[in-house]
Amino acid sequence: MIEIKHIKKGFGEKIVINDVSTVFKTGKCNLIIGTSGSGKTVMMKCLVGLMEPDSGEITYDGQNFSEMNEEGRKGLRQSIGMLFQGSALFDSMTVEQNILFPLDMFTKNTFAEKLRRVDEVLDRVNLQGANKKFPAEISGGMKKRVGIARAIVLNPKYLFCDEPNSGLDPQTSLLIDQLIKEITTEYNITTVVNTHDMNSVMEIGDHIMYMHQGVKEWEGTNKEIIFSKNKLLNDFIFASEFLRDAKDMRMLEVRGKIDNDRNMDELLK
Amino acid sequence: MGLLTHTGRYLLMLKSMFNKPENIKMYWKEFMHQCVEIGIGSLPIVVIISLFLGAVTTVQTAYQLVSPLVPPSTIAQIVRDSMILELSPTVVSILLAGVIGSKIASELGNMRVSEQIDALEIMGINTKTYLILPKLLAAIMVIPMLVVVSAVLGIWGGRLAGTLTGILSAETFDKGLHQYFKPYNVFFAMAKAYTFAFIISSIPAFYGYTVQGGALEIGRASTKSVVVSCILVLFADYLLSALLL
Repeated sequence: MIEIKHIKKGFGEKIVINDVSTVFKTGKCNLIIGTSGSGKTVMMKCLVGLMEPDSGEITYDGQNFSEMNEEGRKGLRQSIGMLFQGSALFDSMTVEQNILFPLDMFTKNTFAEKLRRVDEVLDRVNLQGANKKFPAEISGGMKKRVGIARAIVLNPKYLFCDEPNSGLDPQTSLLIDQLIKEITTEYNITTVVNTHDMNSVMEIGDHIMYMHQGVKEWEGTNKEIIFSKNKLLNDFIFASEFLRDAKDMRMLEVRGKIDNDRNMDELLK
Repeated sequence: MGLLTHTGRYLLMLKSMFNKPENIKMYWKEFMHQCVEIGIGSLPIVVIISLFLGAVTTVQTAYQLVSPLVPPSTIAQIVRDSMILELSPTVVSILLAGVIGSKIASELGNMRVSEQIDALEIMGINTKTYLILPKLLAAIMVIPMLVVVSAVLGIWGGRLAGTLTGILSAETFDKGLHQYFKPYNVFFAMAKAYTFAFIISSIPAFYGYTVQGGALEIGRASTKSVVVSCILVLFADYLLSALLL
Protein backbone atom coordinates (compact mmCIF):
# COMPACT_ATOMS: atom_id res chain seq x y z
CA MET A 1 0.00 0.00 0.00
CA ILE A 2 1.22 3.49 -0.81
CA GLU A 3 -0.12 6.38 1.16
CA ILE A 4 0.33 10.01 0.15
CA LYS A 5 -0.51 12.79 2.57
CA HIS A 6 -0.85 16.45 1.68
CA ILE A 7 1.59 16.40 -1.21
CA LYS A 8 2.44 19.80 -2.64
CA LYS A 9 4.76 20.55 -5.52
CA GLY A 10 5.38 23.74 -7.43
CA PHE A 11 7.81 25.10 -9.97
CA GLY A 12 8.45 28.72 -9.13
CA GLU A 13 5.08 30.34 -8.67
CA LYS A 14 3.17 27.63 -10.51
CA ILE A 15 1.61 25.05 -8.16
CA VAL A 16 1.44 21.73 -9.96
CA ILE A 17 0.20 19.52 -7.10
CA ASN A 18 -1.84 21.17 -4.40
CA ASP A 19 -2.44 19.27 -1.18
CA VAL A 20 -3.26 15.82 -2.56
CA SER A 21 -3.83 12.86 -0.27
CA THR A 22 -4.91 9.35 -1.11
CA VAL A 23 -4.18 5.68 -0.57
CA PHE A 24 -3.12 3.30 -3.33
CA LYS A 25 -4.19 -0.16 -2.25
CA THR A 26 -2.36 -3.46 -2.61
CA GLY A 27 -3.71 -5.91 -5.16
CA LYS A 28 -5.54 -3.11 -6.99
CA CYS A 29 -4.97 -1.10 -10.14
CA ASN A 30 -4.89 2.47 -8.89
CA LEU A 31 -5.31 4.98 -11.70
CA ILE A 32 -4.35 8.61 -11.74
CA ILE A 33 -6.26 10.37 -14.49
CA GLY A 34 -6.54 13.95 -15.61
CA THR A 35 -6.00 16.33 -18.48
CA SER A 36 -2.54 17.28 -19.70
CA GLY A 37 -1.04 19.63 -17.15
CA SER A 38 -3.17 18.33 -14.27
CA GLY A 39 -0.08 17.13 -12.38
CA LYS A 40 -0.34 13.37 -12.89
CA THR A 41 3.18 12.88 -14.29
CA VAL A 42 4.69 15.10 -11.59
CA MET A 43 2.73 13.07 -9.02
CA MET A 44 4.13 9.84 -10.39
CA LYS A 45 7.67 11.23 -10.39
CA CYS A 46 7.24 12.28 -6.76
CA LEU A 47 5.98 8.80 -5.88
CA VAL A 48 9.04 7.08 -7.34
CA GLY A 49 11.52 9.67 -6.12
CA LEU A 50 12.49 11.21 -9.45
CA MET A 51 11.24 14.51 -8.02
CA GLU A 52 10.97 15.74 -4.46
CA PRO A 53 7.64 17.17 -3.31
CA ASP A 54 7.82 20.55 -1.62
CA SER A 55 5.85 19.22 1.34
CA GLY A 56 3.84 16.20 2.38
CA GLU A 57 4.57 12.58 3.02
CA ILE A 58 4.77 9.43 0.93
CA THR A 59 4.80 6.10 2.73
CA TYR A 60 5.30 2.64 1.29
CA ASP A 61 3.69 0.07 3.62
CA GLY A 62 4.50 2.29 6.57
CA GLN A 63 8.02 3.23 5.46
CA ASN A 64 8.35 6.97 5.07
CA PHE A 65 9.83 7.37 1.60
CA SER A 66 10.01 11.16 1.85
CA GLU A 67 12.37 11.04 4.82
CA MET A 68 14.59 8.21 3.61
CA ASN A 69 18.21 8.87 2.71
CA GLU A 70 19.63 7.71 -0.61
CA GLU A 71 20.70 4.32 0.77
CA GLY A 72 17.27 3.61 2.17
CA ARG A 73 15.61 4.61 -1.10
CA LYS A 74 17.96 2.36 -3.06
CA GLY A 75 16.80 -0.59 -1.00
CA LEU A 76 13.13 0.28 -1.49
CA ARG A 77 13.61 0.93 -5.20
CA GLN A 78 14.49 -2.72 -5.68
CA SER A 79 10.86 -3.45 -4.78
CA ILE A 80 9.64 -1.00 -7.40
CA GLY A 81 9.08 -1.79 -11.06
CA MET A 82 8.23 0.90 -13.57
CA LEU A 83 6.93 0.91 -17.10
CA PHE A 84 7.71 4.18 -18.84
CA GLN A 85 5.66 5.89 -21.52
CA GLY A 86 8.28 5.16 -24.16
CA SER A 87 9.21 1.81 -22.57
CA ALA A 88 12.75 3.12 -21.86
CA LEU A 89 14.37 -0.09 -23.08
CA PHE A 90 18.17 -0.04 -23.39
CA ASP A 91 18.66 0.28 -27.17
CA SER A 92 22.05 -1.39 -27.34
CA MET A 93 20.81 -4.53 -25.57
CA THR A 94 18.57 -7.33 -26.79
CA VAL A 95 15.22 -8.10 -25.17
CA GLU A 96 16.90 -10.83 -23.14
CA GLN A 97 19.73 -8.54 -22.01
CA ASN A 98 17.25 -5.83 -21.05
CA ILE A 99 15.40 -8.22 -18.75
CA LEU A 100 18.63 -9.81 -17.49
CA PHE A 101 20.01 -6.42 -16.50
CA PRO A 102 18.21 -6.07 -13.11
CA LEU A 103 18.93 -9.74 -12.39
CA ASP A 104 22.63 -9.27 -13.13
CA MET A 105 22.76 -6.14 -11.05
CA PHE A 106 20.84 -7.25 -7.98
CA THR A 107 20.88 -11.03 -7.70
CA LYS A 108 23.57 -13.63 -7.17
CA ASN A 109 21.75 -16.31 -9.19
CA THR A 110 23.60 -18.46 -11.67
CA PHE A 111 23.34 -17.55 -15.32
CA ALA A 112 21.08 -20.55 -15.96
CA GLU A 113 18.71 -19.45 -13.19
CA LYS A 114 18.61 -15.92 -14.55
CA LEU A 115 17.85 -17.16 -18.06
CA ARG A 116 15.06 -19.31 -16.68
CA ARG A 117 13.56 -16.30 -14.96
CA VAL A 118 13.84 -14.28 -18.19
CA ASP A 119 11.99 -17.02 -20.10
CA GLU A 120 9.40 -17.14 -17.33
CA VAL A 121 8.56 -13.44 -17.51
CA LEU A 122 8.66 -13.40 -21.32
CA ASP A 123 6.21 -16.26 -21.23
CA ARG A 124 4.02 -14.33 -18.82
CA VAL A 125 3.84 -11.38 -21.21
CA ASN A 126 3.38 -13.65 -24.25
CA LEU A 127 6.66 -12.80 -25.90
CA GLN A 128 8.25 -16.22 -26.19
CA GLY A 129 11.02 -16.33 -28.76
CA ALA A 130 11.73 -12.60 -28.79
CA ASN A 131 14.86 -12.97 -26.65
CA LYS A 132 17.45 -12.08 -29.27
CA LYS A 133 15.65 -9.15 -30.83
CA PHE A 134 16.70 -5.56 -30.28
CA PRO A 135 14.17 -2.89 -29.27
CA ALA A 136 14.39 -1.34 -32.73
CA GLU A 137 13.22 -4.63 -34.24
CA ILE A 138 10.00 -5.00 -32.26
CA SER A 139 6.64 -3.24 -32.35
CA GLY A 140 5.36 -0.67 -29.85
CA GLY A 141 3.13 -3.20 -28.11
CA MET A 142 5.98 -5.67 -27.84
CA LYS A 143 8.21 -2.97 -26.37
CA LYS A 144 5.61 -2.27 -23.70
CA ARG A 145 5.42 -5.96 -22.88
CA VAL A 146 9.21 -6.17 -22.62
CA GLY A 147 9.03 -3.10 -20.36
CA ILE A 148 6.49 -4.88 -18.17
CA ALA A 149 8.63 -8.03 -18.16
CA ARG A 150 11.68 -6.03 -17.05
CA ALA A 151 9.60 -4.25 -14.41
CA ILE A 152 8.34 -7.50 -12.82
CA VAL A 153 11.46 -9.66 -13.17
CA LEU A 154 12.59 -8.95 -9.60
CA ASN A 155 9.10 -9.63 -8.17
CA PRO A 156 8.41 -6.05 -7.16
CA LYS A 157 5.85 -5.07 -4.55
CA TYR A 158 4.95 -1.88 -6.40
CA LEU A 159 4.42 -1.35 -10.11
CA PHE A 160 4.19 2.06 -11.72
CA CYS A 161 2.99 2.53 -15.29
CA ASP A 162 3.28 5.91 -16.95
CA GLU A 163 0.75 6.05 -19.77
CA PRO A 164 1.20 2.39 -20.71
CA ASN A 165 -1.15 2.65 -23.69
CA SER A 166 0.27 5.68 -25.38
CA GLY A 167 0.89 5.09 -29.07
CA LEU A 168 -0.93 1.75 -29.12
CA ASP A 169 -4.00 0.69 -31.08
CA PRO A 170 -7.16 -0.10 -29.07
CA GLN A 171 -6.74 -3.86 -29.28
CA THR A 172 -3.12 -3.84 -28.13
CA SER A 173 -4.03 -1.30 -25.42
CA LEU A 174 -6.59 -3.73 -24.10
CA LEU A 175 -4.00 -6.52 -24.04
CA ILE A 176 -1.61 -4.32 -22.07
CA ASP A 177 -4.39 -3.32 -19.66
CA GLN A 178 -5.37 -6.93 -19.10
CA LEU A 179 -1.75 -7.90 -18.55
CA ILE A 180 -1.32 -5.15 -15.95
CA LYS A 181 -4.52 -6.24 -14.22
CA GLU A 182 -3.55 -9.92 -14.21
CA ILE A 183 -0.07 -9.21 -12.87
CA THR A 184 -1.49 -6.97 -10.15
CA THR A 185 -3.89 -9.64 -8.97
CA GLU A 186 -1.56 -12.60 -9.43
CA TYR A 187 1.40 -11.08 -7.59
CA ASN A 188 -0.76 -9.03 -5.19
CA ILE A 189 1.16 -5.84 -5.86
CA THR A 190 0.25 -2.18 -5.61
CA THR A 191 -0.07 -0.89 -9.14
CA VAL A 192 -0.30 2.81 -9.95
CA VAL A 193 -1.16 3.74 -13.52
CA ASN A 194 -0.99 7.21 -14.97
CA THR A 195 -3.34 7.44 -17.93
CA HIS A 196 -5.84 9.39 -19.88
CA ASP A 197 -7.09 6.40 -21.84
CA MET A 198 -10.76 6.01 -21.01
CA ASN A 199 -10.79 2.36 -22.01
CA SER A 200 -8.18 1.67 -19.34
CA VAL A 201 -10.21 3.63 -16.82
CA MET A 202 -13.25 1.47 -17.45
CA GLU A 203 -11.35 -1.81 -17.81
CA ILE A 204 -8.93 -1.82 -14.91
CA GLY A 205 -9.77 1.15 -12.68
CA ASP A 206 -10.23 -0.50 -9.29
CA HIS A 207 -9.40 2.85 -7.71
CA ILE A 208 -9.36 6.06 -9.71
CA MET A 209 -8.11 9.46 -8.65
CA TYR A 210 -9.04 12.30 -10.97
CA MET A 211 -6.77 15.34 -10.82
CA HIS A 212 -7.65 18.74 -12.17
CA GLN A 213 -5.15 21.61 -12.08
CA GLY A 214 -3.13 19.91 -9.35
CA VAL A 215 -6.07 19.19 -7.07
CA LYS A 216 -7.73 15.84 -6.37
CA GLU A 217 -11.13 16.47 -7.84
CA TRP A 218 -12.72 13.04 -7.52
CA GLU A 219 -11.95 9.56 -6.24
CA GLY A 220 -13.77 6.30 -6.77
CA THR A 221 -13.96 3.12 -8.83
CA ASN A 222 -14.69 2.40 -12.47
CA LYS A 223 -18.20 1.34 -11.51
CA GLU A 224 -18.88 4.55 -9.63
CA ILE A 225 -17.44 6.86 -12.27
CA ILE A 226 -20.46 6.57 -14.53
CA PHE A 227 -22.80 7.79 -11.81
CA SER A 228 -20.64 10.67 -10.64
CA LYS A 229 -22.20 14.11 -10.69
CA ASN A 230 -18.82 15.84 -10.78
CA LYS A 231 -19.04 18.14 -13.80
CA LEU A 232 -15.29 18.43 -14.37
CA LEU A 233 -14.96 14.65 -14.25
CA ASN A 234 -17.86 14.12 -16.61
CA ASP A 235 -16.54 16.71 -19.05
CA PHE A 236 -13.16 14.94 -18.99
CA ILE A 237 -14.29 11.31 -19.19
CA PHE A 238 -17.28 11.73 -21.46
CA ALA A 239 -15.85 14.39 -23.71
CA SER A 240 -17.14 12.84 -26.93
CA GLU A 241 -20.72 12.33 -28.03
CA PHE A 242 -20.03 8.64 -28.43
CA LEU A 243 -18.89 8.21 -24.84
CA ARG A 244 -21.79 10.25 -23.53
CA ASP A 245 -24.18 7.91 -25.35
CA ALA A 246 -22.28 4.91 -24.00
CA LYS A 247 -22.65 6.30 -20.47
CA ASP A 248 -26.35 6.83 -20.99
CA MET A 249 -26.82 3.28 -22.27
CA ARG A 250 -24.95 1.90 -19.28
CA MET A 251 -27.04 3.93 -16.89
CA LEU A 252 -30.19 2.72 -18.61
CA GLU A 253 -28.93 -0.82 -18.25
CA VAL A 254 -28.10 -0.42 -14.55
CA ARG A 255 -30.77 1.92 -13.27
CA GLY A 256 -33.43 1.72 -15.92
CA LYS A 257 -33.25 5.47 -16.41
CA ILE A 258 -30.93 8.18 -17.62
CA ASP A 259 -29.97 10.57 -14.86
CA ASN A 260 -29.40 13.72 -16.94
CA ASP A 261 -31.23 16.03 -19.23
CA ARG A 262 -30.31 14.32 -22.49
CA ASN A 263 -33.33 12.94 -24.27
CA MET A 264 -32.27 9.37 -24.86
CA ASP A 265 -35.90 8.28 -25.15
CA GLU A 266 -36.01 9.85 -28.57
CA LEU A 267 -32.80 8.10 -29.56
CA LEU A 268 -34.08 4.73 -28.36
CA LYS A 269 -37.34 4.86 -30.37
CA MET B 1 22.68 29.01 -17.42
CA GLY B 2 25.62 31.02 -16.14
CA LEU B 3 29.18 29.80 -16.16
CA LEU B 4 29.23 29.51 -12.36
CA THR B 5 26.01 27.45 -12.36
CA HIS B 6 27.43 25.12 -14.98
CA THR B 7 30.70 24.80 -13.09
CA GLY B 8 28.87 24.10 -9.84
CA ARG B 9 26.67 21.44 -11.40
CA TYR B 10 29.71 19.89 -13.07
CA LEU B 11 31.57 19.68 -9.77
CA LEU B 12 28.51 18.23 -8.02
CA MET B 13 28.26 15.61 -10.74
CA LEU B 14 31.91 14.65 -10.20
CA LYS B 15 31.32 14.41 -6.46
CA SER B 16 28.21 12.22 -6.89
CA MET B 17 30.11 9.80 -9.09
CA PHE B 18 32.06 8.41 -6.19
CA ASN B 19 29.66 5.99 -4.56
CA LYS B 20 29.76 2.34 -3.67
CA PRO B 21 28.85 0.30 -6.76
CA GLU B 22 25.75 -1.87 -6.51
CA ASN B 23 27.51 -4.78 -8.22
CA ILE B 24 31.25 -4.57 -8.83
CA LYS B 25 31.14 -7.16 -11.64
CA MET B 26 28.65 -5.13 -13.64
CA TYR B 27 30.71 -1.99 -13.21
CA TRP B 28 33.86 -3.83 -14.28
CA LYS B 29 32.01 -5.09 -17.35
CA GLU B 30 30.91 -1.57 -18.20
CA PHE B 31 34.45 -0.26 -17.65
CA MET B 32 35.94 -2.88 -19.98
CA HIS B 33 33.26 -2.15 -22.56
CA GLN B 34 34.16 1.54 -22.44
CA CYS B 35 37.88 0.74 -22.74
CA VAL B 36 37.14 -1.12 -25.96
CA GLU B 37 34.82 1.61 -27.26
CA ILE B 38 37.21 4.44 -26.45
CA GLY B 39 40.49 2.67 -27.11
CA ILE B 40 39.95 0.26 -29.95
CA GLY B 41 37.29 2.47 -31.48
CA SER B 42 39.63 5.46 -31.74
CA LEU B 43 42.77 3.55 -32.72
CA PRO B 44 42.38 3.67 -36.52
CA ILE B 45 41.93 7.43 -36.68
CA VAL B 46 44.78 8.01 -34.20
CA VAL B 47 47.10 5.83 -36.31
CA ILE B 48 46.27 7.62 -39.55
CA ILE B 49 46.47 11.11 -38.08
CA SER B 50 49.75 10.40 -36.26
CA LEU B 51 51.48 8.99 -39.33
CA PHE B 52 50.58 12.05 -41.32
CA LEU B 53 51.42 14.45 -38.51
CA GLY B 54 54.92 13.00 -38.32
CA ALA B 55 55.33 12.97 -42.09
CA VAL B 56 54.19 16.56 -42.52
CA THR B 57 56.42 17.73 -39.67
CA THR B 58 59.46 16.15 -41.34
CA VAL B 59 58.73 17.70 -44.73
CA GLN B 60 57.94 21.15 -43.33
CA THR B 61 60.95 21.15 -41.02
CA ALA B 62 63.20 20.19 -43.92
CA TYR B 63 61.69 23.03 -45.95
CA GLN B 64 62.48 25.53 -43.19
CA LEU B 65 65.97 24.18 -42.47
CA VAL B 66 67.80 26.31 -45.03
CA SER B 67 71.10 26.89 -43.22
CA PRO B 68 73.89 24.46 -44.19
CA LEU B 69 75.32 24.87 -40.71
CA VAL B 70 72.43 22.92 -39.21
CA PRO B 71 72.89 19.17 -39.61
CA PRO B 72 69.97 17.21 -41.19
CA SER B 73 69.74 15.04 -38.09
CA THR B 74 68.16 18.07 -36.40
CA ILE B 75 65.02 17.29 -38.37
CA ALA B 76 64.65 14.06 -36.43
CA GLN B 77 65.08 15.89 -33.14
CA ILE B 78 62.41 18.40 -34.07
CA VAL B 79 59.98 15.71 -35.21
CA ARG B 80 60.61 13.73 -32.03
CA ASP B 81 60.17 16.65 -29.68
CA SER B 82 57.22 18.10 -31.59
CA MET B 83 55.39 14.79 -31.53
CA ILE B 84 56.15 14.05 -27.89
CA LEU B 85 55.66 17.53 -26.47
CA GLU B 86 52.73 18.81 -28.47
CA LEU B 87 51.35 17.00 -31.47
CA SER B 88 50.62 13.65 -29.88
CA PRO B 89 49.10 14.80 -26.58
CA THR B 90 47.33 17.96 -27.75
CA VAL B 91 46.34 17.41 -31.37
CA VAL B 92 45.31 13.83 -30.74
CA SER B 93 43.33 14.90 -27.67
CA ILE B 94 41.49 17.53 -29.68
CA LEU B 95 40.75 14.88 -32.27
CA LEU B 96 39.54 12.52 -29.55
CA ALA B 97 37.38 15.30 -28.06
CA GLY B 98 35.45 15.19 -31.29
CA VAL B 99 35.41 11.41 -31.69
CA ILE B 100 34.90 10.28 -28.10
CA GLY B 101 33.37 13.43 -26.67
CA SER B 102 30.54 13.64 -29.15
CA LYS B 103 29.89 9.92 -28.72
CA ILE B 104 29.67 10.19 -24.92
CA ALA B 105 27.49 13.32 -25.01
CA SER B 106 25.05 11.99 -27.58
CA GLU B 107 24.84 8.54 -25.94
CA LEU B 108 24.04 9.97 -22.51
CA GLY B 109 21.79 12.64 -24.01
CA ASN B 110 19.80 10.03 -25.87
CA MET B 111 19.52 7.93 -22.71
CA ARG B 112 18.27 10.99 -20.81
CA VAL B 113 15.68 11.93 -23.40
CA SER B 114 14.36 8.38 -23.80
CA GLU B 115 14.09 7.97 -19.98
CA GLN B 116 16.66 5.17 -19.86
CA ILE B 117 18.52 7.08 -17.15
CA ASP B 118 15.26 7.39 -15.17
CA ALA B 119 14.71 3.65 -15.63
CA LEU B 120 18.16 2.97 -14.14
CA GLU B 121 17.45 5.36 -11.26
CA ILE B 122 14.14 3.61 -10.51
CA MET B 123 15.98 0.28 -10.41
CA GLY B 124 18.08 1.72 -7.59
CA ILE B 125 21.27 2.28 -9.60
CA ASN B 126 23.33 5.42 -9.07
CA THR B 127 23.42 6.51 -12.70
CA LYS B 128 26.29 8.94 -12.26
CA THR B 129 28.45 6.16 -10.86
CA TYR B 130 27.32 3.55 -13.37
CA LEU B 131 27.20 5.62 -16.55
CA ILE B 132 29.87 8.27 -16.08
CA LEU B 133 32.60 6.86 -13.84
CA PRO B 134 33.47 3.89 -16.10
CA LYS B 135 33.76 6.25 -19.06
CA LEU B 136 36.04 8.58 -17.13
CA LEU B 137 38.26 5.80 -15.85
CA ALA B 138 38.41 4.12 -19.24
CA ALA B 139 39.40 7.41 -20.88
CA ILE B 140 42.07 8.07 -18.27
CA MET B 141 43.48 4.60 -18.78
CA VAL B 142 43.26 4.36 -22.54
CA ILE B 143 43.94 7.85 -23.88
CA PRO B 144 47.52 8.04 -22.55
CA MET B 145 48.12 4.72 -24.32
CA LEU B 146 46.76 6.24 -27.52
CA VAL B 147 49.08 9.22 -27.03
CA VAL B 148 52.07 6.88 -26.72
CA VAL B 149 50.98 5.00 -29.85
CA SER B 150 50.55 8.33 -31.60
CA ALA B 151 54.03 9.54 -30.63
CA VAL B 152 55.69 6.33 -31.79
CA LEU B 153 53.78 6.23 -35.05
CA GLY B 154 54.30 9.94 -35.62
CA ILE B 155 58.07 9.59 -35.30
CA TRP B 156 57.99 6.53 -37.53
CA GLY B 157 55.84 8.37 -40.05
CA GLY B 158 58.37 11.19 -40.04
CA ARG B 159 61.19 8.72 -40.60
CA LEU B 160 59.29 7.10 -43.46
CA ALA B 161 58.50 10.43 -45.10
CA GLY B 162 62.10 11.59 -44.68
CA THR B 163 63.59 8.51 -46.28
CA LEU B 164 61.00 8.12 -49.04
CA THR B 165 61.34 11.76 -50.13
CA GLY B 166 65.12 11.66 -49.86
CA ILE B 167 65.26 14.44 -47.28
CA LEU B 168 67.52 12.41 -45.06
CA SER B 169 68.62 8.83 -44.70
CA ALA B 170 67.25 6.43 -42.12
CA GLU B 171 70.62 6.35 -40.34
CA THR B 172 70.74 10.14 -40.10
CA PHE B 173 67.19 10.20 -38.79
CA ASP B 174 67.95 7.53 -36.19
CA LYS B 175 71.08 9.42 -35.14
CA GLY B 176 69.04 12.56 -34.65
CA LEU B 177 66.44 10.69 -32.65
CA HIS B 178 69.01 9.81 -30.00
CA GLN B 179 70.54 13.27 -29.77
CA TYR B 180 69.61 15.56 -26.91
CA PHE B 181 66.70 13.37 -25.85
CA LYS B 182 65.13 14.46 -22.55
CA PRO B 183 63.11 11.77 -20.75
CA TYR B 184 61.32 14.60 -18.91
CA ASN B 185 59.51 15.35 -22.17
CA VAL B 186 57.81 11.97 -21.95
CA PHE B 187 56.73 12.71 -18.39
CA PHE B 188 55.36 16.05 -19.60
CA ALA B 189 53.48 14.38 -22.45
CA MET B 190 51.92 11.88 -20.05
CA ALA B 191 50.91 14.62 -17.63
CA LYS B 192 49.14 16.34 -20.50
CA ALA B 193 47.59 13.08 -21.69
CA TYR B 194 46.04 12.28 -18.29
CA THR B 195 44.77 15.83 -17.86
CA PHE B 196 43.27 15.95 -21.33
CA ALA B 197 41.73 12.49 -20.91
CA PHE B 198 39.86 13.71 -17.85
CA ILE B 199 38.66 16.82 -19.68
CA ILE B 200 37.48 15.12 -22.86
CA SER B 201 35.51 12.47 -20.96
CA SER B 202 34.01 14.46 -18.08
CA ILE B 203 32.84 17.54 -19.99
CA PRO B 204 30.84 15.63 -22.63
CA ALA B 205 29.46 13.34 -19.90
CA PHE B 206 28.19 16.41 -18.05
CA TYR B 207 26.56 17.91 -21.13
CA GLY B 208 25.00 14.60 -22.16
CA TYR B 209 23.75 13.70 -18.69
CA THR B 210 22.06 17.08 -18.17
CA VAL B 211 20.32 17.33 -21.56
CA GLN B 212 16.74 18.51 -21.40
CA GLY B 213 14.54 18.32 -24.44
CA GLY B 214 14.74 16.32 -27.64
CA ALA B 215 16.91 15.56 -30.63
CA LEU B 216 17.86 19.19 -31.22
CA GLU B 217 19.10 19.60 -27.68
CA ILE B 218 21.11 16.37 -27.90
CA GLY B 219 22.83 17.72 -31.01
CA ARG B 220 23.49 21.04 -29.32
CA ALA B 221 24.85 19.34 -26.21
CA SER B 222 27.15 17.18 -28.31
CA THR B 223 28.51 20.15 -30.28
CA LYS B 224 28.89 22.33 -27.22
CA SER B 225 30.68 19.59 -25.30
CA VAL B 226 33.24 19.22 -28.10
CA VAL B 227 33.83 22.98 -28.33
CA VAL B 228 34.16 23.39 -24.57
CA SER B 229 36.43 20.33 -24.32
CA CYS B 230 38.71 21.68 -27.06
CA ILE B 231 38.95 25.09 -25.44
CA LEU B 232 39.70 23.57 -22.04
CA VAL B 233 42.31 21.23 -23.57
CA LEU B 234 44.13 24.19 -25.12
CA PHE B 235 43.87 26.16 -21.92
CA ALA B 236 45.21 23.23 -19.90
CA ASP B 237 47.94 22.79 -22.51
CA TYR B 238 49.15 26.33 -21.95
CA LEU B 239 48.83 26.02 -18.17
CA LEU B 240 50.80 22.77 -18.01
CA SER B 241 53.46 24.14 -20.35
CA ALA B 242 53.84 27.23 -18.21
CA LEU B 243 53.98 25.23 -14.99
CA LEU B 244 56.03 22.22 -15.95
CA LEU B 245 58.44 23.47 -18.59
